[in-house]
Amino acid sequence: MGWHVDIIILTLVVITAIAAIQIKDLLATAILFGAYSFMMCVLWSIMGAVDVAFTEASVGAGVSTVFFVAAIFHTTRRSQD
Amino acid sequence: MRYIALIVVLLSGLVLLYTEKDLPPWGDPNSPASLHVSPKYLRDSLQETAVPNVVTSVLADYRGYDTMFETTVIFCAGLACFVLLRVFKVERKEAHYRHKATGLIIHVKVPNLLDNSSEFERVDTMWVPHDLILKTMCRFLIPFIQLFALYVVAHGHHSPGGGFQGGVILGASIILLSISFDLRTGLERVNERSISLMSATGVFVFTGIGAICLFLGSQFLNYGILSKILGVDPVMSRSWGIFGVEVGVAITVMAVMIGIYNYISSEGKLDEGL
Repeated sequence: MGWHVDIIILTLVVITAIAAIQIKDLLATAILFGAYSFMMCVLWSIMGAVDVAFTEASVGAGVSTVFFVAAIFHTTRRSQD
Repeated sequence: MRYIALIVVLLSGLVLLYTEKDLPPWGDPNSPASLHVSPKYLRDSLQETAVPNVVTSVLADYRGYDTMFETTVIFCAGLACFVLLRVFKVERKEAHYRHKATGLIIHVKVPNLLDNSSEFERVDTMWVPHDLILKTMCRFLIPFIQLFALYVVAHGHHSPGGGFQGGVILGASIILLSISFDLRTGLERVNERSISLMSATGVFVFTGIGAICLFLGSQFLNYGILSKILGVDPVMSRSWGIFGVEVGVAITVMAVMIGIYNYISSEGKLDEGL
């Protein structure tokens, strides 16, 4: 059972990583990065590295998403040049 | 050009996959990483440092030097954001004010006209009217978030957590205040001066504890010698030393997180935020 969860989470990690690069909308990219970090956090906790999972959840999924959104808030939808 | 980049990325991916078969299997007790120092840490951590969570004792005691410079790296990140983003000459040409009694918003083209008025309060240009539910929920949640952060810092000896995670959660609580109200409310609680002071204080606490050990006649960051001033046995004083160091890390991380958010969200002007 644990093996199947591993495979599902790993697939989701790859999907979110590719989607974060491919997608054009910056806000969607920031959210996908958050989802990516959360999946990584689940992976760490499956492997038993709970401290790393905790850091990944608070820094990767939490604060860095906020930083991304705060930076994207100051961009415009269309490029100026 | 795109295809060349794609080929390079695919090739390096294939090389990585090729080398992957030489790595030891996950959790292999005979892998080199599990043979040298890991068994010693797992066996002796509790007797030597009185810390049940081996990750914390390795992070803050056995490899305390690494953590000290990690904290310095965080401090430098905050410093870099300050140097790159902070704008000191803010010329405000106009401002929006709300009349407190009627809720009327006025747009003033004379700068700082109504800043000290008791009838008006300043609102952001992108102000969204009356987000009462959001504000009340955040005001209700923030004390619990901060309490949990303090628990994470203090309970890092026994459960996952420690200075970094607790500091990030503490910073996130203030960031939540700045997002749900506005940046000026967050700055009223934790202003720029205290952010700068705290981000340096954390590093100072960490290195200071190391230096105290040095002055008491032991090695740098060898907390066992702290038993001379703490009045407990060397094993317990190691535990206390780890706790002091974690508090230092938490102070720096919290201040730097709030600082980076403030500079990014207000374009360095610290005037109107997200």
